[in-house]
Amino acid sequence: MCRIGAIKSRNFVHPSQALLLMQSQQKGHDNSGFAMVMHDLGGIFAHHKHLPTLSMACTDEGLKLAEDMLHAAGFQRVLQWVPETNPQPGLDINAMPNYVFETFDYPKYFKSATQQEKENLLLDMRLKLRAALEKDEQGFVYSFWPDVATLKEIGDPRDIGTYFNLHEPDGKFTARVITAQCRQNTNYDIVRYAAHPFFLQGYTALANGENTFYLKNVEFQRKLHPGYIGFESDSQCFLYTLHYVHRELGWPLSYYKHVITPLPFEELEQRDDRETLLAIRQSLAHLEINGPNTIIGVLPDSTLFTCCDAKKLRPIVIGRTEDTVVFSSEVCGINEVLPDRDWECDIYPNEREIVTVGNELEVQRWKQ
Amino acid sequence: METMNVQSVTPNDMPWKIRYDASRCTLCGSCVAACSFRAIECKVERRRMVFSETELPEPKQRFSAVPVIRQVKSIKHYCRGCGICEKVCPNEAIRPERNIDTRHPVLIRCLHGEAIKRGGRKNLEAVMRTLDKIRVARISQMTDPSLDAQRHSFDLLAPFGRILPPKKLPMGVTPEGLLEVNRQTPPVRWVYPVIIGDMSIGALSWRMWEAVAMATAYLNEECGLPVRMCSGEGGVPVRLLKSKYLKYMILQIASGHFGWNRIAKAMPHMIEDPAGILIKIGQGAKPGDGGLLMAAKVAEHIQAIRGVPKADLLSPPNHQGLYSIEESVQKMFLSFNAAFKFRVPVAIKVAASATSVSVFNNLVRDPYNIVGGFFLDGIDGGTGAAHEVSLDHTGHPIVSKLRDCYLAAVAQGRQGQIPLWAAGGLGKTGDLAADAFKMICLGANGVFTGKLILQMAGCVGNEMGRCNACNTGMCPVGITTQEPALVHRLDVERVAQNIVNYFLAMDQELKKLMAPIGNSSLPVGRADALAAIDRGVAEKLQIQYVC
Repeated sequence: MCRIGAIKSRNFVHPSQALLLMQSQQKGHDNSGFAMVMHDLGGIFAHHKHLPTLSMACTDEGLKLAEDMLHAAGFQRVLQWVPETNPQPGLDINAMPNYVFETFDYPKYFKSATQQEKENLLLDMRLKLRAALEKDEQGFVYSFWPDVATLKEIGDPRDIGTYFNLHEPDGKFTARVITAQCRQNTNYDIVRYAAHPFFLQGYTALANGENTFYLKNVEFQRKLHPGYIGFESDSQCFLYTLHYVHRELGWPLSYYKHVITPLPFEELEQRDDRETLLAIRQSLAHLEINGPNTIIGVLPDSTLFTCCDAKKLRPIVIGRTEDTVVFSSEVCGINEVLPDRDWECDIYPNEREIVTVGNELEVQRWKQ
Repeated sequence: METMNVQSVTPNDMPWKIRYDASRCTLCGSCVAACSFRAIECKVERRRMVFSETELPEPKQRFSAVPVIRQVKSIKHYCRGCGICEKVCPNEAIRPERNIDTRHPVLIRCLHGEAIKRGGRKNLEAVMRTLDKIRVARISQMTDPSLDAQRHSFDLLAPFGRILPPKKLPMGVTPEGLLEVNRQTPPVRWVYPVIIGDMSIGALSWRMWEAVAMATAYLNEECGLPVRMCSGEGGVPVRLLKSKYLKYMILQIASGHFGWNRIAKAMPHMIEDPAGILIKIGQGAKPGDGGLLMAAKVAEHIQAIRGVPKADLLSPPNHQGLYSIEESVQKMFLSFNAAFKFRVPVAIKVAASATSVSVFNNLVRDPYNIVGGFFLDGIDGGTGAAHEVSLDHTGHPIVSKLRDCYLAAVAQGRQGQIPLWAAGGLGKTGDLAADAFKMICLGANGVFTGKLILQMAGCVGNEMGRCNACNTGMCPVGITTQEPALVHRLDVERVAQNIVNYFLAMDQELKKLMAPIGNSSLPVGRADALAAIDRGVAEKLQIQYVC
C-alpha cells in the first residue's frame, strides 16, 4: 500500500520536510522508492518561474540526445542545476548517472505564441524526449514545465535522501508545494515512470490505493489526448481524468468528483442539478473509478486538493498552521512536520467531499 | 399376419415414443385429455390369453377387448416429448421416451413437401458454451478489498439511449461556477441491466404476456428494480397504452408493423411516455427468416390487436422500405424520435452476424446522435416460430460478436455512446446472473432475455428437441397458444411471481459477483476481471488464459 503526502506553505519549503513527512509512515509503505513533484519553485529557480524546467534522470548519452533535441527545436538553456550527489557505499539506491534540472527559454519563433501554443509545445517536446530516451533506458523525462521540478528514484527513501543531500535543508532547492510518495509500483514491474506523483501540463496527482476500473479508464483515456500515455500505474488514470475534466473540458474542479465517483442514481435523482449530473455520469462513465483510494492533486495555479473513493476506504488527514498545510495518509507524518499545530483543527475528509487549499492557504470543503 | 406397408408411419419413426404400462393404468383418461398434440388416443386392443385349468397342460385360449392408451400413428399428431401425459398421470403409467432412431426429419419433408417449421431454439449443439469456459477470476483481496454484497450499496443500472461524447455535451459554466445543460440532449433512461426480451402477444398467449407485464410492474413498483419489458412486434393492449404502466414498456416495431396502428392512435391518450422504442431489424435465432405467426395462433383477439385477418403472419426478414444503414438512420430513427418529441430513446435490434461491427460502426458515427441502443441478438436464443433450417443453421454466436462491437467502439474512443445490449442463449443453463455479468465485463451495458422467461413460466422445451412446438398453437403449458383451454392451464399470478422471484434472486447474485471484484457499479468492459480456460476463447475475446 502507498502512503502519500503533500506540503503547501506560504514559505518555500525544502524537500527534507517531505522526507520527514513520509518517513514516519514507513511501516505503511515499503521503502522502495522516493518521488516528489515541486510546484511554485524557490531557490535557484525563483527567477525563471515563467520558463520551463526539464526534470530528467539519464545516462550521458541520454543527456546529449535530449539537449541536442531541445537545441534543434530552438530551446535555449538559461539555467542548469545538477544536484550534488553523495554516493556512499551501501546506500540502497538504483541511481542513474545524471540528474538534470535545466531551465530553457522558448524558441524565438514562439516568443509571441499564445499560452496554449506554448503549453502544447512543451508537452510535445516532453513526449518526444521521452520516446527518444526510452531505448535502452537512456533516460526518464518526468516533467518539462514552468515552475515545476520532479525527482524520482528507486531505493530506500532515507538513502535516496542521503544520496541527494536532501536531509540537509538549504535555500537552493525549494518550493511552496511539494507532493511526495515513498513507494515504487510493486504490483507490476519496477519502472521509474510508475512512481507517483504523476505530472501533465501543470497538473500533478498521486494516490494511495487501487483503481479497479483501470482497464475501463485506460481504454477510454488512450483516445482522449496524446499526453495520456504510459499507464504504468493504475493511478495515472486519476491524473489524466483530472487533466481532462479541468483543462480539456474546462469544468470547475468540483465536477472532478462527480466524474470519478458519481453519486448513486438514487441520490442523484433527488438533486436539483440531476440533469447535469446525469449527463456527466453518462458521457464520462468510462472515467469512473472504483476500488479504494485517496487522491492528492495539484492544479496549475498551485491549488492543492484531496478527495477519496466513494466508500472512503483509504485515509487522509489534513493538518495546518498559520503558514503551512500538510496532507498525509497518516497523522504521524503531520505530527513530525507540524508538531505544534492545533490538532483539533485537523480535517478528516469524508467520501463525498473535495478539500482544496488555495494560495492564501484558505481551506474549502466542497460537498459533492 | 396383418399386411404392412413399409412406408406407413409408425411410432419408431417419430422423435418420441410413448412408453405405456397397462398394468399401472387406471384408464382415467387424463393423459389423453391433456395431450395438446393429440399424440395419444384411447384404443381397444384385442388380446389373446392362453391358459390351462388342469394339472397337465390342456391349453385353452380366451380373447378379450382391452381399453388402452396408444401413440397415434400420424405425422401430424406426433409426440413432442413434452411430458404432460406423465405430469397428469396419477400412476406413472405413461411417459415419452426419446427415440434416437427417429426418421422424422426425413419423413416430414417427404410427406409434406414443405420446410419444417417449429418453435425456436437451436437444437444441433450440446457442447459446452463459451460463457461456461469463462471465469470471473480477478478477485480483490488485500490491497483492493472486495466489497460486501450484503453491506455495501451497488449501482445496478444500465443506460438505454444515445450518450453524447463528453466534448459534445451542451454545457456551460454559470457565473456561480456551476455546470448547466443549456440545450436538450438525447433522452437516456437508466434501467435494470436485464431487459425482458421482445415476445409478442400472439407469439405468447395473452395470459402469458399479461403475466410478464404484471411481473414487470411489480418489480418496478414494489421491488424497486427498474426492469423494462419489450412488447415484441404484436401490439400492446390499448388499456396498457393509456395506463401509467406504459413507462415500463419498450414498444417494438418490426418489418410487419403489427399493432402500430393502435399504438399510433393511442398516442394522444398516453399519460406516460413508453420506456423506449426498439426497431427490430433482425432476430438472432433465425436471421433472414423474419417472424412467423401461424394462422392457427391468429385468434380473434390477435386479429384485433394487430389489425390483421386470420392468416399466417410473416414479418418479412428485412424492412422493405429501407436499403441502407444511412437511410434507416434518417428515416426510421428520426421519425420515431420525432414521434415522441425526442423524449423517448429509440434503439435497434439486429441479429449477430459477420457484418454486425460494420452496422454498429455506421450507427455510432451517425452525426445525428439518435440511435439509442444496439441490441445484438445471437444464435442461441429464440422463442418464436421459424423454419428449422434457419433455427439450426443460420446465425452467429453472441459472445465474440458482442466483444467485437465493444472493441470497435474502444478503437474509436466511442465506448458507451451507443449502449450495447446482448442476448442469445443467455441464461440457458438457468443461471442468467453469471452470463449477464460476464457479458457486461466483455463490454455489454446490459442483456435481454426471452427464452428464460418462458422457462420461468413453466415451458418444458429444451435444446434437445423436447416440445419445440411454439409454432403450432398447441403449447401444452398455455404459454405460446391462443387456445382458451390450453391458456387456462397457465396460472398468471404464479407465473408473475416466478418471474419476480427469479429477478430478486438474480439481483442478489449479480451483487455477489460485483463484490469480489470490488466494483460498486457495473463493470462494463472490465475484461481484466475475466479469464478463460480455453486458449481459443481467450485469444478471440482478448482476455487472459488460465489453466
